[in-house]
Amino acid sequence: MSDGAEARTARSPVLELSGITKTFPGVIANDDISFTLNEGEIHCLLGENGAGKSTLMNVVFGLYQPNSGTIRVRGQEVSFESSADAIARGIGMVHQHFQLVSVFTVTENVMLGDEVTKGGGLVLDTDRARQRIREVSQLYGLNVDPDARVGDLSVGEQQRVELVKALFRDADILVLDEPTAVLTPGEVDEFFGVVRNLVDQGKSIVFITHKLREVLAVADRITVIRNGKVAGDADPGVATQQSLANLMVGRDVVFQVEKSPASPGGVAAKVEHLRVDDERGLRAVDDLSFEVRAGEIFGVAGVQGNGQRELVEAMTGMRPIVSGRVEMLGQDVTSARPRRIAELGVGHIPEDRSRHGLVTEFSITDNLVLNRYHHAPFARRFIRQRGAMAEHALELVQQFDVRTPGVDVEVGTLSGGNQQKVIVARELSRNIRVLVVAQPTRGLDVGSIEFIHQQIIALRDEGGAVLLVSAELDEILSLADRIGVLFRGRLAGTFDAADATREQLGYLMATGGELTAEQAP
Amino acid sequence: MSRGSRRSAALFGGVGVLLLAGLLPNLSGERKTISFDRPPDEPNFGFDPAVVVGIVGALFVVVAVLTALLPRSASLVRWLRLAAGVSVIPLLLAVSLDLSPSSSTNVVNLLNESLVLSTPLVLGAMTGLWSERSGIINIGIEGMMLSAAGVGFTAYAVLGGAQGTGWLVLSILIAVIMGALAALLLAVLAIRFSVNQIVAGVAINLFALGLTGFLRSQVIVGRGVSIGTPTADFGLPILSSIPVVGDQLFRGKPIYFLTYAVVVATWFVMYRTPWGLRVRAAGENPHAAETLGVDVIRIRYQSVILGGLIAGLAGAWFSMETQARFEDNMTNAAGFIALAALIFGKWTPWGAAAGAVLFGFARALGSRLQILNVSIGDFEIPSEFFQSLPFIVTIVVVAGALGRAVPPAAEGRPFHPSK
Amino acid sequence: MTSDPDNLNQRIDRAGGRVRAAVLETFRLQPLLIPFYALVLAVLIGGVLIALVGVNPFEAYWALLRGMFGNGDRLAGSIARSVPFIGSALALAFAFRAGLFNIGAEGQLLVGGVLAAWVGTWAWIADVPGFFAVVLMVLAGLMGGAFWGGIPGVLRAKTGAHEVISTIMLNSIALFFIRWMVNSRNPVVLRDVASTVPRTEPVADNALLPKIVDSSPPVHFGLFLLIGASVLAAFILNRTIFGFEVATVGANADAATYAGMNVNRVIIVVMAVSGSFAGLSGASEVAGTAGFFQPGFFLAMGFDGIAIALLARVNPYAIIPAALLWGSMLNGASLMQQEADVSVDVVRIIQALVLLFVAADAIVRYVFRVKVVEDTYGSVLRGSSGA
Repeated sequence: MSDGAEARTARSPVLELSGITKTFPGVIANDDISFTLNEGEIHCLLGENGAGKSTLMNVVFGLYQPNSGTIRVRGQEVSFESSADAIARGIGMVHQHFQLVSVFTVTENVMLGDEVTKGGGLVLDTDRARQRIREVSQLYGLNVDPDARVGDLSVGEQQRVELVKALFRDADILVLDEPTAVLTPGEVDEFFGVVRNLVDQGKSIVFITHKLREVLAVADRITVIRNGKVAGDADPGVATQQSLANLMVGRDVVFQVEKSPASPGGVAAKVEHLRVDDERGLRAVDDLSFEVRAGEIFGVAGVQGNGQRELVEAMTGMRPIVSGRVEMLGQDVTSARPRRIAELGVGHIPEDRSRHGLVTEFSITDNLVLNRYHHAPFARRFIRQRGAMAEHALELVQQFDVRTPGVDVEVGTLSGGNQQKVIVARELSRNIRVLVVAQPTRGLDVGSIEFIHQQIIALRDEGGAVLLVSAELDEILSLADRIGVLFRGRLAGTFDAADATREQLGYLMATGGELTAEQAP
Repeated sequence: MSRGSRRSAALFGGVGVLLLAGLLPNLSGERKTISFDRPPDEPNFGFDPAVVVGIVGALFVVVAVLTALLPRSASLVRWLRLAAGVSVIPLLLAVSLDLSPSSSTNVVNLLNESLVLSTPLVLGAMTGLWSERSGIINIGIEGMMLSAAGVGFTAYAVLGGAQGTGWLVLSILIAVIMGALAALLLAVLAIRFSVNQIVAGVAINLFALGLTGFLRSQVIVGRGVSIGTPTADFGLPILSSIPVVGDQLFRGKPIYFLTYAVVVATWFVMYRTPWGLRVRAAGENPHAAETLGVDVIRIRYQSVILGGLIAGLAGAWFSMETQARFEDNMTNAAGFIALAALIFGKWTPWGAAAGAVLFGFARALGSRLQILNVSIGDFEIPSEFFQSLPFIVTIVVVAGALGRAVPPAAEGRPFHPSK
Repeated sequence: MTSDPDNLNQRIDRAGGRVRAAVLETFRLQPLLIPFYALVLAVLIGGVLIALVGVNPFEAYWALLRGMFGNGDRLAGSIARSVPFIGSALALAFAFRAGLFNIGAEGQLLVGGVLAAWVGTWAWIADVPGFFAVVLMVLAGLMGGAFWGGIPGVLRAKTGAHEVISTIMLNSIALFFIRWMVNSRNPVVLRDVASTVPRTEPVADNALLPKIVDSSPPVHFGLFLLIGASVLAAFILNRTIFGFEVATVGANADAATYAGMNVNRVIIVVMAVSGSFAGLSGASEVAGTAGFFQPGFFLAMGFDGIAIALLARVNPYAIIPAALLWGSMLNGASLMQQEADVSVDVVRIIQALVLLFVAADAIVRYVFRVKVVEDTYGSVLRGSSGA
């Protein structure tokens, strides 16, 4: 909880939302929401994925037009046609997915839309813009290089650019949407420091998140959103993670997943001295070795961007390997194609479900046989068997509780949670002994998260080997039997889950442990 | 050594060896002449084609060896590769002269011809640049040019019987506007109706073919005007007085000279003005631009239409500058070659212009080789081969013989503003 | 209640609407509404254009219709002219499913045609039973088209070169190269030295496709071949596992890799197969209509195929009626030119307009108040370009 919380609650409101309703075809995203932001406070907007928090803030930022309700900025009623209007009123927003043009420099990104010009407004004045950016970054302690190409910057640096972008335009109301999703635990603390500094300089901040720990660490006030409505307010001085979680979900939430101790068998999956490059030719996985045994869940923790994607793709045959060896169920699959690996009995739930895991234009039925369409009973000779596929789909949809009006609808119309359930259904209904699963619950609602966790544990209890790659430390801690931390493509440490602590893992995720300050950015 | 550089080394090495071992011994041994002006009294210099072939062949072999030994990014290798690529030009000239009964050829006016022939390609590439940089794929450059050429000449024929400077200027203006109208159609289809942009481009091309065919047979032929007075030659002040080259390089027609200005202006506006910055943002990450208050839809319309104006100028070149007439399908795939030039130039103004000039050179070289009656032994190389040269070069370029190109990131995807 | 006139009108409207909806449902005509209305709109605009140049549009259109279907000979001629369009349209439609734009039907049918013509003039062909001779020629056409279609496929798979440009370039290259082969007298490559017009030698008589109606141009067995090709294309795309791979690659190439499909192989095979459809058209024209190969015959056959494919919303079955309409219009245009003195290009403008309206179907829907119904293939016409 932050200091001076009581002093701040007496301030005047800078932003007032009354009765905001925003609907999209078929869904009410915001249902009569009222919300007040006072001057100089950090107000956390808490809710699970899909609750409507981002939508609400997009309304505030002028990207969406509300169906009804009013917005007041410093007491004056406003109506925003576009984000230009919101920006003009001093509102700045840092989106969950950064809105940056990767081929532009920092200066170009910051200037865009509010360009610094000379020659009567016709020519860009890059020098003056650069100067101004340096001033802003010094004032707020946000170190950025105006001439760097944004695509080359680290995630933390890109976030700073987003903040500079807002402050460059003299924003004094800042909306931060899930800003810590991409940071290591250490960087998160640093980030809170920046946020408090901004508040000391007179800014008012709306902090959107679904992470309970952070809310309690930094909020002056908390508003909880559930299913598009305000579920309640909470006082950070009094609330606990449990009370907040219950408010978020509307029922008692179980934090720890129930699981019996593991009884691991033989080695089911192994990588040895694996080296893999990313698209740009840079080394993403660097001399990595580990094993996963049958009947255990090996969790690979680490912040996004440390080689997780390349590791998973290399292990499932979707990316070429520079050197080293991958072994699945006793077979060398180092240069094998995805089909061969899958048919050995390896399931893969990919990180990017809409890009790799599903074809959003296809029906649920087709997606459920996406990697088995050529086998009996779904195909005889080379002709597809519609009847068998339909039966299969109906069975799985029921078994895995996929909420859908039918199996012939486009899978893209399903919610994130149900889409992921389709992928899980597909993989787990195959005869697999190894499951490689990456970021399985990203962007999902609590109900789906619980379901998927149960499925993974069930597979492990049946003797399957699970490689779980996740950036959510809580997920790793609750599911994994053994944990490894991935840092810059290397394993910074391997532990039994019972021995690992959050602090230890956080430290390794941020620094790589033995990899000392010399190698730090 | 990566697969790419292995392929590259093999390619260069193979060509080098072919030149040295295969071609060199089979040359005629006659001395040939490169001249710099028209006869009589033209400055020239004699040379032995074998020397040229030898040097270029050796260069290719050197590049192959260095590619194999040095890391990919070594700048020495990159420069040498570029030099090898460029050296193909004198190589081709030397070999053609050797195979020809003629003993000399004027390279200065070959250069001028290349530049002039590349006019529609450069303009077309700029058209494509403005459109694609804002995020709209433009397969319809051909249709924009053709419809401008047809409508422009129709106006010229109807208004002035294809005579009269005043009517000519007005008709050129009309052509330019027609190009913009065709571009507007593309923009509306792609932006307002989210039609697949390639389909939209094909539709524009088909429509242009039909419209101009109709205008020709119904209106132009109906009027009995088949040919008229095109734009006039003139010399640039001062520059055209330079001895030897002045008369050849700095004497030409208005649209041709205007093209240079168009390229410079394109570069300046795209990279040095706020509007240009927004256009580029609209093509790379329109949502990011939207969050900063940029009206992406409006920018795209503006950009595509600007490209259309340029395409209109290119159309006018076809039907009112090279000659004043209109033939069916007069543009003859120039719009597609321009698109290839754009890709070759990696969607930058100077790169695209350079690519277009390269293709223009292929065309000029083709007709020059025909004039030289190049033949291998008794076999006279047919004109069709030379005519197909620009197209073959285009495929080689597009197949990435010179490296893969990355288009603007948001290209081709319709933009739906948040609501 | 029944005596109230407004109310009565409303009830009639509603009843009529219900009948209309019922008819559409039963005959699954909904997806055809758009092309139909697009045609109506295009014809209207074409009529305005005709009027602008001083001709009575009704006269012109009447001449057009009579030219299309006026008598038996005209009808047969229309059918005959439509047949080759089926192949070139299939070329685009098949590749489109994989997200590939095969604009190269023009070149592919030239290569297929010239190869068939060459095979048909082999010395021993005349001695072989007719059936085999014909099969050989057709095979040559298929292989020629597959080769010329496979090249851009390989380029796309191995180098990422966009097939729109490479196929267009290959069209021109094919045209020049083949023109040379057919024209060249020194050396003689394919030219029939006995003929004043540049063309290949006539193929052996037993290699000709049997004629069905001896109209001008004749309706021959090629009609069945090409209809069969449409049916085969639809079958492959809808019912086979290869078809599923094609659709997946076209929708999401990354997911296709995940699914274990060999994306490069799919691209190359799709382009080759699609080229072979065009090659079939070429061979059919040589073996059925002309009996020899003359480059001039084939101009614009490929490009029109693109428009027909899009008009048929890349549905192989719908390509047959669409090609029929197209070919008939072109056939009838000559009568329209003769009688009403209107250039055949008007038909081309109408065709382009139809294409425009089908692609931007929102226009048609707005004017004619048609509801949105997505057919199996319709969605590929939107948005970005697949693979």
